[in-house]
Amino acid sequence: MNVLTERAASASEGSAFRAPSPAEAGPPRPGRAASRKPRAWLKPLCLALGLLPLVKLAWDGAAGHLGANPIAEGMNRLGFWTLTFLALSLAPTPAHDLLGLTWPVRLRRMIGLLAFSYAAIHFTWYLVVDQFFAFSEIGKDIAKRKFITIGFAALLLLVPLAVTSTDRWVRRLGYLRWKRLHQIVYAAALLGVVHFLWRVKADHRKPAVFAAVVGTLLALRVVTWAQRRSKRARVLGRISKPD
Amino acid sequence: MARWRRDTTEREVTPEALYLRRREFLVLGAAGAVGALAGPRALAAGPEGAALQVSKKVELAGGEKQTPYDDVTSYNNFYELGTEKDDPKRNAGSLRPRPWTVRVDGEVKRPQTLDVDALAKWAPLEERIYRMRCVEAWSMVIPWVGYPLAELVKRVEPTSNAKYVRFETLLDAQQLPGQRGGVLPWPYVEGLRIDEATHPLALLAFGLYGRALPGQNGAPVRLVVPWKYGFKGCKSIVKITFTAEQPRTTWNEAGPHEYGFYANVNPDVDHPRWSQARERRIGEFLRRKTLPFNGYADQVAQLYAGMDLRKNF
Repeated sequence: MNVLTERAASASEGSAFRAPSPAEAGPPRPGRAASRKPRAWLKPLCLALGLLPLVKLAWDGAAGHLGANPIAEGMNRLGFWTLTFLALSLAPTPAHDLLGLTWPVRLRRMIGLLAFSYAAIHFTWYLVVDQFFAFSEIGKDIAKRKFITIGFAALLLLVPLAVTSTDRWVRRLGYLRWKRLHQIVYAAALLGVVHFLWRVKADHRKPAVFAAVVGTLLALRVVTWAQRRSKRARVLGRISKPD
Repeated sequence: MARWRRDTTEREVTPEALYLRRREFLVLGAAGAVGALAGPRALAAGPEGAALQVSKKVELAGGEKQTPYDDVTSYNNFYELGTEKDDPKRNAGSLRPRPWTVRVDGEVKRPQTLDVDALAKWAPLEERIYRMRCVEAWSMVIPWVGYPLAELVKRVEPTSNAKYVRFETLLDAQQLPGQRGGVLPWPYVEGLRIDEATHPLALLAFGLYGRALPGQNGAPVRLVVPWKYGFKGCKSIVKITFTAEQPRTTWNEAGPHEYGFYANVNPDVDHPRWSQARERRIGEFLRRKTLPFNGYADQVAQLYAGMDLRKNF
């Protein structure tokens, strides 16, 4: 493995909220029109699919299909999709590093922003629809109920990531620093899973699935990291060997 | 006690007389299908189940609007039929509320096992409109049909050792498939102190909205204790035991810091994961203040005189 490809691979690490790196954009392949981006439909499709749960929520709400307690149902659905997109945003990096797929990386920023959007709507729903601005109650909830405390913390962690998700912010911070900042998403995802786990009364099966998925996606990063480390050690060993 | 064996097949349990009349049933089924074609109105959801005769109606929810039948029967916590709110209604078909026997035993002079229809005749049925407050901070107003549990207690003549009453839900994973998972320790058990059980508000319920209880609401017989959180209301009861010791109860065992034995509705004692100060009445947007003992303090507060309700939550 040469140095160039290794750097390109490591450039795709980090979190969802990131700008395209040289590895994803890449030089246009010969035989393809340089002006046409390959799979130009990917991002619009991703956005459309990502907004579908929101559209369905609005639709079901208007049609009265949210059951006897539509407020709780809406909050649960929004939380479910926040966690789903958070987990999905962790998939492109291992998909690239271990499977060599590049297209998921191009969707990572959008998936991350979808996760943040659902988290923000989930919280707004709690603030406005569920509690209707009962700030003293909300303050007590955040301070006293562990599952709300960490859910709120997870949301706060996502804010700087959403803000610095633009290309301009990558340049401003410098890629390495920006990358390190965006590794905060690991903590946010874990807190999100614990938020769900602690919220459930007795049936922990659904949060356990999220825990398994997020855990696996984070563990795969350790695999890549270990591979790179041993490769680097071998290369260094070869270099330092006296002739 | 009549418990279905797991290996009992459909064929074995079909009474012969019914089996011989299967063609009539097919004809009726065909008629039903034609009826369904006549229009969706024929299938409109409304109270189902056998109509129950009530001797009187007692309004005990401050004249508040009753929660619609559809909501009462589609938003349920009955983990034996699934842990999502809409699961119990969907899965209620597996619960067979007839034939059903109830065993009454323990510290009583007249222990017995009797059919649920006989049990329902032990006292005149009345309609009781109660507020129902769930520990999850939502509430409903429900017209139950039943008679005071005190009538049952009187009949079986508790001994002087009887200090508590223990209620047990059917244990049968075929009828209650949620019991296959280890979500809670099964069977579901609840309990009351004997003076709570004989309080005139404690109800043994056989129906709601004038008809037999649907499976998802705890058919064929359940407990309703309106001043306590809903989980105290043991559903699909097969056994009522009078005991000298406080029985271990399911939610209390699953989470002793979250669910107490008493579980009286109390806005001042928070559940670790919810404030109990306010509640959402199903069908309303704004939360309302939760009342001590769910608004029944005048009737029941004296049961707990001198007790620290923060400790005995």
